[in-house]
Amino acid sequence: MGLESKLGNMGVVTARLEDIVNWGRTNAMWPLGFGLACCAIEMMSAQASHYDLSRFGMELMRASPRQADLMIVAGRVSRKMAPVLRRLYDQMPDPKWVLSMGDCASCGGVFNNYAIVQGVDEIVPVDVYVAGCPPRPEALIDGIVKLHEKVRRSHPLKGDREPIRG
Amino acid sequence: MLTEIFKGLSITLRELFKPPVTIQYPEIKRPVRQRFRGRHELRRYADGLERCIGCALCAAACPADAIYVEPAENTDAERYSPGERYAKTYEINMLRCIFCGYCEDACPTDAIVLTDVYELAADKRRDLIYTKDMLILPPPSGKPGTPQQVAEGSYPRSILPEGLVSEP
Repeated sequence: MGLESKLGNMGVVTARLEDIVNWGRTNAMWPLGFGLACCAIEMMSAQASHYDLSRFGMELMRASPRQADLMIVAGRVSRKMAPVLRRLYDQMPDPKWVLSMGDCASCGGVFNNYAIVQGVDEIVPVDVYVAGCPPRPEALIDGIVKLHEKVRRSHPLKGDREPIRG
Repeated sequence: MLTEIFKGLSITLRELFKPPVTIQYPEIKRPVRQRFRGRHELRRYADGLERCIGCALCAAACPADAIYVEPAENTDAERYSPGERYAKTYEINMLRCIFCGYCEDACPTDAIVLTDVYELAADKRRDLIYTKDMLILPPPSGKPGTPQQVAEGSYPRSILPEGLVSEP
């Protein structure tokens, strides 16, 4: 295209709208504070000064789902907690993402019993699973970086979500 | 009251000139502790044979039932590990594993060890079930992989006496 080269001479940068929207989404993705068990301690540690999630624009753990973009499910989800989790997910405004942190949230982990939901993907669509029991703060940040890559790859308007299992 | 304010602000001033404690994680990685337990790996002997003999003691010791082992018979024409059997399928579900290291303790041949890799994230659950190909180390340089063709009766025992095969 001739347009870009002409605009480039004028000191104007052109970009695709999708890229700009995804850039905005990845750089201010406020998480919902959803600590359920010991993974929450590592999540707090990831927020603290040694790992400092605010480097990724995630310094605010919102208490209200209405202000959150990302739900970090940190810990085991009991059957009694499951409807609450789904309700909080439904209350989050679009676009929204879910990160399943740790073994228990991802597939029940060591708690293979009737009381624990065997994977939070039974109730909400999960974008990234982070393994570890609990994962180190670095492992959580690695999961978040992978989620950011996934968001950058996706189209802002087309939902490329997989259907909920079960 | 004014002195207290300056006393408090002196701490702020002092901290201002200290270097920041933040580790710039994806670029700079903090070294893990010596006994850190992360992702598993399956080791080999110095001659390229697999250490794992498919006994499934790791699977029995696993408190989270994360390990699945399916053994098969070794022959001298197609030898994977010393002794009678080898692990045909070896899978660890990283989303079940709690990195307790009991598998490492249970292993009679020191085949499975926990490394210091902790970056285990994927967008599908299936990608976090690690198969034998993903877990096993490559053979030592210049040595063939498995299966190997060996002389008849050269590996009668699963657990080798000291000195028969040198340590890696």
